[in-house]
Amino acid sequence: MEIIRILISELPQFAKGTLVALEVLAGLLFLGLVLGLAIALAEIFGNTVVKFFATTVRKFLWAIPQLVLLFLVFYLPFDLNPVLAAIIALGLCSSAFQSQIFRGAILSVQSGQIEAAKAMGLSKPKIIFYIVIPQMIRLSIGPWTNEFSSELKDTSLAYVVGVVEIMRQAKYIIAYTFGNTAAVYLFVGVLYFILTRIGTYFFYRLEERLWVPGFEKRS
Amino acid sequence: MSTILEVKDLTKKFADIEVLKGISFKLKKGETLAVIGSSGSGKSTMLRCLNQLSPPDSGQVLLEGVNINAPGIDLNTVRADMGFVFQDFNLFIHLSVLDNVMFGPLRVRGMSKKEAREIAMNEIERVGMIDKIDFYPAQLSGGQQQRISIARALALRPKLILFDEPTSALDPELTGEVLSVMTGLANDGMTAIVVTHEMGFAQSVADKAIFIDQGVIVEQGVPEKMFAHPRHERTKLFLSNFVGLQ
Amino acid sequence: MISFFHYAIEILPDMLSGAWVTIQLAVVCITVGILFGMVLGVARVYSSKYIYWIVTGYVEFLRGTPCLLQLFFIYYGLGDMGLLLKPVIAAGIALGINTSVYQAEYFRGAIQSIKPGQMTAARAMGLSKWKAIRYVILPQALRLVIPSSSNEIIYMFKYTSVAFAVGVPELLAQAEINGAMNFRYFESYLLAAIIYIIMVFTVAKIMAIIEKKVYVPGLQLMQ
Ligand SMILES: Nc1ncnc2c1ncn2[C@@H]1O[C@H](COP(=O)(O)OP(=O)(O)OP(=O)(O)O)[C@@H](O)[C@H]1O
Ligand SMILES: [Mg+2]
Repeated sequence: MEIIRILISELPQFAKGTLVALEVLAGLLFLGLVLGLAIALAEIFGNTVVKFFATTVRKFLWAIPQLVLLFLVFYLPFDLNPVLAAIIALGLCSSAFQSQIFRGAILSVQSGQIEAAKAMGLSKPKIIFYIVIPQMIRLSIGPWTNEFSSELKDTSLAYVVGVVEIMRQAKYIIAYTFGNTAAVYLFVGVLYFILTRIGTYFFYRLEERLWVPGFEKRS
Repeated sequence: MSTILEVKDLTKKFADIEVLKGISFKLKKGETLAVIGSSGSGKSTMLRCLNQLSPPDSGQVLLEGVNINAPGIDLNTVRADMGFVFQDFNLFIHLSVLDNVMFGPLRVRGMSKKEAREIAMNEIERVGMIDKIDFYPAQLSGGQQQRISIARALALRPKLILFDEPTSALDPELTGEVLSVMTGLANDGMTAIVVTHEMGFAQSVADKAIFIDQGVIVEQGVPEKMFAHPRHERTKLFLSNFVGLQ
Repeated sequence: MISFFHYAIEILPDMLSGAWVTIQLAVVCITVGILFGMVLGVARVYSSKYIYWIVTGYVEFLRGTPCLLQLFFIYYGLGDMGLLLKPVIAAGIALGINTSVYQAEYFRGAIQSIKPGQMTAARAMGLSKWKAIRYVILPQALRLVIPSSSNEIIYMFKYTSVAFAVGVPELLAQAEINGAMNFRYFESYLLAAIIYIIMVFTVAKIMAIIEKKVYVPGLQLMQ
């Protein structure tokens, strides 16, 4: 069939697009992780002012659609390349969600654990780094995997500011092979599905490896 | 009095385990039958086979002479005619007390809201819970929940009621209020089958008792006689667990 | 700052008309999403093996693909095959389908968390399976599903902005049009962001009120 021949010959283009998508994904998840963690720690351990500031930032980032933030960053008064703009905008949005994940995980670290650490004479930063964060990581992998797969799909939004990721490659291919639109998009769907599955499988394995008795596993 | 329920040679297997190995008995209208036996002997399974919640493998269940374990029988009607009271109540947790008791008349019998409400209020009154009609199950004690679940069963106007250890999930001090509701029912002439470990209740209220062990009825008779002079070794052994019976 | 306010007031009518389209689009696809999600969720728990696998495959595949792709498939893909839909219809269908598969998962989780005794008790009273689902399981599932479902509703409200990509004149599209017309992109999107924030906060408030309204003691998802 003609369409299969086209898809096979275009595989390198799809591969390029996939790499760009993964680049955006890695960047935005990292930014979201750092910011999200900072927001979560600020909301839990900060003083009243810090807490208020962190909560406000989180709520506003949570309420703005990704596409709107994407355009806002893209049209900032100085030049940003599209990939960087996408990473910043999507990363900011992601940080609002990731902070919620970390906040929940930190809050479910049992207070007895912290008491015990305090009783041993550990300082606050040490308690955070040696007790809270290791336990938090185990507790947050499950929800974080959901965020991962949701952001993997949302890298497609970078399409609108001209990042040549998978959707944009698909658009090019459709344009110069005249038609086959549905088939190409169906193929792209399968591609995303496979990427999502591989990613979540990886995190599932990670969760299993990090599991120690006493932590509830995701079902 | 006429026979309301006749059970003939009921059997039931789960995978390879024979849980019921030919259960037969008769029950007359207005009688209370106590079913006793140790854990795992098949008492719950028997009750669930009677109203076909789990269909028996073979045998007959004749309700007023009609075999309900036969093809072509509308099981929903049959079940509505046999009230069921669970060990753990299973009140509908999204409905208030009144709505729980109205549920059967409304959704199963297809009555109007007004009729359903009237019946429900009567039955709630009967179990002494009229001051709690707007409460949700989660706001009631276990004993109160069980009384409401009895009212819910009664509101269907069943021909008989099946009780599966209705007081086993209750704290001892709450058992009494449920047993007294059930005693009232027996006195009012309700037909009932009660699986129970409350030997005192069985002895004073039940007209008949059957002792089940490993899926067979080992002994049946009048509770007082049976508890005082069990004929079979296994019955003796089982009854010896209950001190101060005689 | 002053010039932003002047500009904002100048384009506000356009932006509000866009916001109105956003609201309508959101209401349609959220409603579709909840209804279909409920059906799919019930099917994943109670249907026969055969239907179970079809529904599971459908839900899992769609959950693994981007919303924008689904929109393009329906608008451009089906259009290319001769089924031309108006942008707003295509967007309503695509977003409705998209959100329904997520709602389906939440409904499935809610249904599976209902104690089996509830179904048994309903059947023991003589209710048919479907009546038991309709009168006992679904009313409970609807309450249990509200926290996760309302997250999805808010998420979808924001996500209607992808409809601009097929030319639906909603809020984001209005920002783009006005930005291009006046060469004031950043300020246009800034105003869009402000309007979205107001709308999303309002929706969140409404969901919180609903959650309170339908609260039943003892009926929460176990965490
Ligand atoms: N759905 C089922 N699947 C498999 N085995 C079952 C099932 N239900 C009951 N059984 C088995 O059947 C046997 C009888 O169970 P049943 O619940 O009828 O006992 P019981 O007399 O009611 O005991 P108890 O006093 O503990 O309630 C048990 O060995 C039980 O494990
Ligand atoms: Mg039992």
